[in-house]
Amino acid sequence: MKIDIRTPVGLMFAFVGLLLVGFGLLGDPAIYERSLGVNINLWWGLAMAGFGAIMLWLARRRL
Amino acid sequence: MKLGPIDWAIMATYFVFVLGIGFALRRYMKTTTDFFQSGRSIPAWVAGLAFISANLGAQEVMGMAASGAKYGIMTSHFYWIGAIPAMVFLAVFMMPFYYGSRARSVPEYLKLRFDEKTRGLNAITFALMTVLSSGISMYAMGLLLNLLLGWSFDVSIWLCALIVLLYITMGGLTSAIYNEVLQFFMIVFGFLPLVLLGLHDVGGWAGLKTGLEHVAVSNGFAAGAWSQSWAHMGSPTDNPMGVEWFGMAMGLGFVLSFGYWCTDFLTIQRAMASESMSAARRAPLIAAFPKMMFPFLVILPGMLAIVLHQRLGAGGFSLPTKADGTLNYDMTVPLMLSHYFPQGMLGVGITALIASFMAGMAGNVTAFNTVFTYDIYQAYIRKGAPDAHYLWVGRVATVAGISASVAAAYLATHFNNIMDMLQLVFAFVNAPLFATFLLGMFWKRTTGHAAFIGLISGTVGAAIHHGLTLPLGSVPGIKGGWLGLTHQYTSEMAQNFWTAIWAWSTCFVVTILVSLVTKARAEAELKGLVYSLTERLKSDAEAWWRRPAVLGVIVLALTLVLNIVFL
Repeated sequence: MKIDIRTPVGLMFAFVGLLLVGFGLLGDPAIYERSLGVNINLWWGLAMAGFGAIMLWLARRRL
Repeated sequence: MKLGPIDWAIMATYFVFVLGIGFALRRYMKTTTDFFQSGRSIPAWVAGLAFISANLGAQEVMGMAASGAKYGIMTSHFYWIGAIPAMVFLAVFMMPFYYGSRARSVPEYLKLRFDEKTRGLNAITFALMTVLSSGISMYAMGLLLNLLLGWSFDVSIWLCALIVLLYITMGGLTSAIYNEVLQFFMIVFGFLPLVLLGLHDVGGWAGLKTGLEHVAVSNGFAAGAWSQSWAHMGSPTDNPMGVEWFGMAMGLGFVLSFGYWCTDFLTIQRAMASESMSAARRAPLIAAFPKMMFPFLVILPGMLAIVLHQRLGAGGFSLPTKADGTLNYDMTVPLMLSHYFPQGMLGVGITALIASFMAGMAGNVTAFNTVFTYDIYQAYIRKGAPDAHYLWVGRVATVAGISASVAAAYLATHFNNIMDMLQLVFAFVNAPLFATFLLGMFWKRTTGHAAFIGLISGTVGAAIHHGLTLPLGSVPGIKGGWLGLTHQYTSEMAQNFWTAIWAWSTCFVVTILVSLVTKARAEAELKGLVYSLTERLKSDAEAWWRRPAVLGVIVLALTLVLNIVFL
């Protein structure tokens, strides 16, 4: 197939990850009471964005 | 629970990508091979993830968590015994025939190996079954979204059907496979933080284990009944599942598991779309690695939920009760999501849940349109038309299949017991299948008449066993016993496993007997379809980590380790 699935996967996770990071940094910290005091949006957003970046990198390298 | 703008944004992003993938693939769908088989061009890892993802519908995610709460770690048998060995067998021994024969679908393999009537029986029951399961999945989604988010049942169903319809008619199987990969990662990223937060909340693995011991004891079992997978299977009364080790190993581990993983076109279609024989054989093996880790993703939330529920007050999480006072386990995952996830992460979790409903539906629809077009339309309605005509029929079948699923979803809202009955009948039809494939692939003497009669007898055998037995505490009717009562099982699950064992054995014996008295096909015609008449595939030229046999051994060894660790 002419489309490498890693490109859309990478783009989506990078975008959603960054959305979460932004929300985690700027949003109301009181909402993290339910996630046991962890700013889950910030940290998991970073994880998702990182995963997206790796996917995009792999797609570019055509590994 | 209430979604905020950030949650909507995440969900919208996902749908944009889903439809975008379908749209981008549209211009590559020129022939039926592109549309139904992805042009046999999918890399092994993509096929592998789609293989596992097509099976990981939302009902599976929610059902496994519910079982985790209800039965504890024994639920992992559905993975470590009930999936991995069969996936390895499929990859190493059966894929050469599926991929290597000219068959474009599993029913078509039956046509090549046996005869028209065996294919017809399999194709028609499979087509009906996929439409029905897709409808039931839609129904479950409509109920869940209504309950959870207050969305209208109608809007949820129609919107979801429309999205699936658009991306399948545009991008065919490739679109479904690509979206399954996307969904696979969504589920992992959506549920993993839930497990991490839950584990943190109960005090890590040690805390979970202590909690589960309380759960086991308070339910009247030995302390380890929720946290040990094999130790309490000596007798069906020792464990919450009510199953003994033999019924588990034979019923689930052999008959049901091999019957599903080695013959179900829904998942096998993904592997058959691979770019080469080697990739097709590696796909189920690549899938086996995440599959063996899934218990930690989908069962653990249920185990955490039941522990949190037990020490109510401290964690503040409790499971709802049903009208009859028993705990309602079915909502475990959605409730955990809303308990732990703040806005933002909640959007990811809910999107993952919706994604898995939709992927389950898309999987059924792509398997349906292929079987309908190749094995029903081309075989019985119109032979020898130009390829473009069948491509058009495939798209029409997609629309028709989805419409029929929507109809089935509405039917389920009014006649829930009809749905239960149909599912039961299909279970009878499926149970003997593996005996037919096993004999067909590995015994050249097996004949078409024998396969057909064997399948029918197996189904009848299953029905008779079901009609003569009953799980403890049930009344005769849909649960069994409608022919009289000869045996009572400790649980419905034990009854299911034994129904499968009976169906398989009946089919196996009848197929052998009828084969011996009917005329076998000439050996020359069976080349590439039967093990003893097919040249062995040489994989010596490949790197060791790409050889199916080596990968298979690694997968089995790791599974064994998991079983021992959680013995």
